[in-house]
Amino acid sequence: MKNNSLSKLSKILLITSGIGLIISIFVPLWAIYLEAPQYPEGLGMFLHANKITGDYEIINGLNHYIGMKEIHQEDFWEFKILPYALGFFAALAFLTVFLNNKKWLYFFAALFLIFGVAFMVDFYLWEYDYGHNLNPNAAIVVPGMSYQPPLFGFKQLLNFGAYSYPDIGGWIMFGVGIILVVLSYLEIKSSKKVI
Amino acid sequence: MKIIQLFGISAFASLAFLGSCKPKGTETAVSGDAAEKVYVAPGKYDEVYNFVSGGFNGQMNVYGLPSGRLLKVVPIFSVNPENGYGYSEETKPMLETSHGFIPWDDQHHLELSQTNGEQDGRWIFANANNTPRVARVNLKTFRTEEIIELPNSAGNHSSPFITENTEYVVAGTRFAVPTDDANGDVPINSFKENFKGVISFIGVNKETGDMNLSFQIEAPGVNFDLSHAGKGKSHGWFFFSCYNSEQANTLLEVNASQNDKDFIMAVNWKKAEEYLKAGKGRKVKTQYAHNKFDEKTQTATSKMEQEVTVLSAKELKDICYFMPTPKSPHGCDVDPTGEYIVGSGKLAALIPVHSFSKMLKAIENKEFSGEYDGIPILKYESTLYGEVQKPGLGPLHTEFDGKGNAYTSFFVSSEVVKWDIKTLKVLDRQPTFYSVGHLMVVGGDTKKPYGKYLVAYNKITKDRFLPTGPELTQSAQLYDISGDKMKLLLDFPTFGEPHYAQAVPASLIKDQQVKFYNIADNKHPYATKGEAESKVVRQGNKVHVYMTSIRSHFAPDNIEGIKVGDEVYFHVTNLEQDWDVPHGFAIKGNQNAELLIMPGETSTLKWVPKKSGMYPMYCTDFCSALHQEMQGYVRVSPAGSNVPLTYSLNNKADNAKSPVKTAVTK
Repeated sequence: MKNNSLSKLSKILLITSGIGLIISIFVPLWAIYLEAPQYPEGLGMFLHANKITGDYEIINGLNHYIGMKEIHQEDFWEFKILPYALGFFAALAFLTVFLNNKKWLYFFAALFLIFGVAFMVDFYLWEYDYGHNLNPNAAIVVPGMSYQPPLFGFKQLLNFGAYSYPDIGGWIMFGVGIILVVLSYLEIKSSKKVI
Repeated sequence: MKIIQLFGISAFASLAFLGSCKPKGTETAVSGDAAEKVYVAPGKYDEVYNFVSGGFNGQMNVYGLPSGRLLKVVPIFSVNPENGYGYSEETKPMLETSHGFIPWDDQHHLELSQTNGEQDGRWIFANANNTPRVARVNLKTFRTEEIIELPNSAGNHSSPFITENTEYVVAGTRFAVPTDDANGDVPINSFKENFKGVISFIGVNKETGDMNLSFQIEAPGVNFDLSHAGKGKSHGWFFFSCYNSEQANTLLEVNASQNDKDFIMAVNWKKAEEYLKAGKGRKVKTQYAHNKFDEKTQTATSKMEQEVTVLSAKELKDICYFMPTPKSPHGCDVDPTGEYIVGSGKLAALIPVHSFSKMLKAIENKEFSGEYDGIPILKYESTLYGEVQKPGLGPLHTEFDGKGNAYTSFFVSSEVVKWDIKTLKVLDRQPTFYSVGHLMVVGGDTKKPYGKYLVAYNKITKDRFLPTGPELTQSAQLYDISGDKMKLLLDFPTFGEPHYAQAVPASLIKDQQVKFYNIADNKHPYATKGEAESKVVRQGNKVHVYMTSIRSHFAPDNIEGIKVGDEVYFHVTNLEQDWDVPHGFAIKGNQNAELLIMPGETSTLKWVPKKSGMYPMYCTDFCSALHQEMQGYVRVSPAGSNVPLTYSLNNKADNAKSPVKTAVTK
């Protein structure tokens, strides 16, 4: 007989993941830091599920030199969707525990990974757009130069050093992704043993 | 050959010998680790803010200690073309007085606000000695926010000392003069009948710092010199030194030095408050300016007050008492416990220390030696705690370290002397280079001095720095007073002439700084909160330019149709919302000054072109990489010309759209 119910560990970690995803709705997901000789204190910009916070207005002011578009919260459809998407995944985590079925875990894991990849691709495309789509009449035009911030890590852009890293919410999302992969692996392994 | 060599060596040796006969200089006064103690590495902050009066430059200078680096000059009583203070339409009212606009003064003393006798880092008060005024500077913005003129006064010297909760800032007249309700057009030698010494008590609002002249005390016609409030047990009293009890009106250097003793006047201001409440004061009709800077509108207004309540010390017997003090006392300093009042007779060879508790007892027991113009004189022995014997020559001022020690400056013998308040014994003396006037210990006139550093402010510097012609700098000398002996650490030149100074640990000030003004809160009537709102409006011969500045352009940057005879007002709003991004504004041929506009602020420059032609305008503060491009033109046509009034800001991108706009005429 095939046992499709989840292990105790899986249930605990799924509930933890669900709570984590709810938290991630309310904390910054991603952080971009800029450093320059003129800004020894650094400039920070924080992407939440539903808004941008930090020094983005100052960054907008500086970006006019290179002709970069201004960053405005209302330009991003993602902010309208993301809180619900995260809420949906949290609900899915609890539902999986409630249904106590491995298939639901595999389904959840697959869907979340697709979501994670899509999230990063979308983020990259925005960065590409801001970094390349420049006003040709800007005060500073360096031929061949683009200003795409790094997806993950550090990059020097003229006098600015740019850092891009997940913030609390982003780390939670990474954590949930890893937990789901590991749990799926463990559950598949235990199913095989029973057979 | 050998003989010549020998001769040379012996000549050199004798020179060296002669050299060693000269009096010892600083080389011996400075010990090995002085450099280490004053070195503040690049990027590190100083430990202490030192606010130093500017004397005849009318400003306040802010230094960092222990490095002695000048951080800022804050204009208070003098116009400052560097940032437009006193020149911009917004700040001109700050320097209004009952004598009209006064562009300068002589700024002597500073006092930081206190709560419970300790510095609270909120405001610093400054006196104007010439045209009597008291100013308040906000330490969140380092801007002068309020100036109040003092009626019935001349030479506001014993000011702006404060009570321990900043209830009052005082001001005493250094020149006795007839009061404003009396006829001042009298013979000068009628001094004794007609001249009065008036002391002002300026109330300070606990929350806002707003000042208001609560009352004045009319005292005999003597010259009030310096003062300090009682603290702790003596809270409720104020002490003023005075000279010229001879009431001389000419050659005071001789004629005011005849009496063996002048006075320190003790004022029971709590009692004075009671009399004021009981309606014992006389209303004196007068005029004095009260100027306030409103941070919301970024504009100062000047109001002419019409009346002040004066209490007569002669009629209300128990407000004022005279304590005889030897030889024209100058400094009048109260120790941290509030018990000891130190008078420093400029010509005395000792320092008298009065005891507050003995003074109270003497008043209770009526131990009077007589009256001076209706004011009781207490017996010298009855109030005296003791005298410091042979401390030096020409004592001026005393500060305290909170460890039971007092430090007195000696002008004539050019030294700082450390002595024990309880035993009155001299503990140490160090030379100053040269002729110290005021001295200051960090927090040295509060209930809880910070101590550690003492600064002597010297009048004569002759051979101390590279010479600069006949006019030389004055100087400050920093001493480490953490040990038993004072150690000279550093000399630094000062800006203007330093008199009294204040200092406070940096932690109390540095974290509360305003970095920029929020543009949403800008209530200036001519604010332009975005380039799209920029415009030019003509009202008769007045032209108002609503201009914005942002890195790196003005909007508008081209204006045509200004005519000779027009008065042009450039209302420039700095649209930046970031720290350390001021913009300047200047225009050719302006007889006024330039502007330095902080982020989020609106400032107005008045410009009256005298002849037709082309006038460039530009930003004077290197604001950004394209600062040099931050410029524009104003075309001025002859009077009566029919060039239409237009303005523009041409973007390279939308050049073709020709966004030249016609000005509104009202």
